[in-house]
Amino acid sequence: MEIKDNIPTMTEIQDEIIDDFSFLDDKESTIFYIMELGQKLPTLDDQHKVESNIIKGCQSTVWLTAELEGNRVVYNADSNTEITKGLISLLIRVMSGQKVDDILQADLYFIEKIGMGNLIGSQRSNGLLAMIKQMKLYAWAYKSLWKQYKQKKHCGTR
Amino acid sequence: MTQVSANIDTAFDVSSIRQRFPILDQQVHGKQLVYFDNAATTQKPDSVIRALSDYYENNNANIHRGIHALAEKATADFERTRSTVQQFINAKEVEEVIFTSGTTAGINLVANAYGRKFLNAGDEVIISTLEHHSNIVPWQLVCDEKGAVLKVIPIDDQGDLDMDAFRKLVSDKTKIVSVNHISNALGTINPVKEIVQISHEAGAVVLLDGAQAVAHVEVDVQELDCDFYAFSAHKLYGPTGVGVLYGKRKLLESMNPYQGGGEMIKEVTFEKTTFAELPYKFEAGTPNIADVVAFDAAIKFVNQLGSKKDILAYEQSLLDETTKRLKEIPGLRIIGEAKQKIGVVSFVLEGLHHFDIGMMLDAKGIAVRTGHHCTQPLMQRFGIEGTVRISFSIYNTLEEVDACIEGLKQIVAKWR
Repeated sequence: MEIKDNIPTMTEIQDEIIDDFSFLDDKESTIFYIMELGQKLPTLDDQHKVESNIIKGCQSTVWLTAELEGNRVVYNADSNTEITKGLISLLIRVMSGQKVDDILQADLYFIEKIGMGNLIGSQRSNGLLAMIKQMKLYAWAYKSLWKQYKQKKHCGTR
Repeated sequence: MTQVSANIDTAFDVSSIRQRFPILDQQVHGKQLVYFDNAATTQKPDSVIRALSDYYENNNANIHRGIHALAEKATADFERTRSTVQQFINAKEVEEVIFTSGTTAGINLVANAYGRKFLNAGDEVIISTLEHHSNIVPWQLVCDEKGAVLKVIPIDDQGDLDMDAFRKLVSDKTKIVSVNHISNALGTINPVKEIVQISHEAGAVVLLDGAQAVAHVEVDVQELDCDFYAFSAHKLYGPTGVGVLYGKRKLLESMNPYQGGGEMIKEVTFEKTTFAELPYKFEAGTPNIADVVAFDAAIKFVNQLGSKKDILAYEQSLLDETTKRLKEIPGLRIIGEAKQKIGVVSFVLEGLHHFDIGMMLDAKGIAVRTGHHCTQPLMQRFGIEGTVRISFSIYNTLEEVDACIEGLKQIVAKWR
């Protein structure tokens, strides 16, 4: 993913998602919409579909990778189920390309607003929480790296 | 929706039966509920629901040692269920019926109270590829502890036990054989009488996991000659949290208590405790009184339905129609087509994950189970992660089969 200048804030993206979901009036159309989102998510190369990239705690298999670009984290993910791919595509839409600190402090209110808990049930809700936790863990790890990088850069200019 | 014109000749009136199950008359996600998850748990008839609320409204008391009227009534009701169960499975004596919290608890009781006492290093325990985790893990634990060896009966591609392989596995080292009467994931009805006979000839005792059997086939423990038989009330139209372990008196008496506490003692001093007689020796603590009392109504409901032969015939007619129509869906593979099956059909669909199918069916109001069904080694045998499982009960109808098949066809048309 290439990071563009002036990317929308997480609040703007979440409000957009809430708006998209407001047009869906029953479970079937919502599930279909989420699956369509899943199908649009670019597939992850097989080289990244390894055990170490699997998120623990999800019922279906979810692979997640993260890279630091500047002070922003870019996520890519894939799953063996379409609905899970759709769910993670929503998280990627909100968090990928955002600044490390913003990701760490993110309040993902859109999940509750679009009624995701009721829609996907308790087991998948736990899986969704596991995805969010892993995404934030990457951001936390990159925050340390970013600090070290800035410190080195600062030392170098003396 | 395409309607199936064929009707099924039934020995009973399915629409009257449905009226006994208030939960069925509801919409989920704006669609009429179709409940096809009966192998996980059956729904409860009005008489069971009434018995449960009646117990708490009028009869609640702790049982066995009370001297007041309520305690006497509660004890009589609790023990009535034991007699009803005895007749239901044709146990020789009422003391051979032990109440547990479910099938899993019954198997664990035998693994611990019998297995830990009688297994030695080098002894063998035989289970099958079809087992639920609850008939695998307790044996792994006890075998690890005692240095015994766990052996597994293989199955063929249809989901039938390989009986020739079983005969070769059995030897004088075999001390326990523990297999399910009917497979929860595939619906295979196992030749348990033959298994018991072969095992007894080798001197082994046999536990049958009857969780999937009691609601669908006749269970006569004396005719089967099994040593232990475990099942759950909730798969037999009864409440959750109640199960039965049947055991032959001689074996139960030879075993040590599994858990210590109230109810299961004769006399306690700090030096020594003597234990109560059967069945109380294995019923430590206050039991699940209300649910045991209501379980009586569940068994009576089944008895009133008619013969198990008719029940099975009706459920198998739903299975046959479903299997035939599922096979018309391109890319659909049925997992398990054993010679004898109850109304359970498991399948996978090429290009669609079972979780996705389950969620899309749920959105259409159709409740099925997806996943490994607590039989991961069985799924590995078929090289799959899991299946979609449809499982029938006496209140299901051909119209519901129609709704499910049409729903699946729509899903396939849109997503494949």
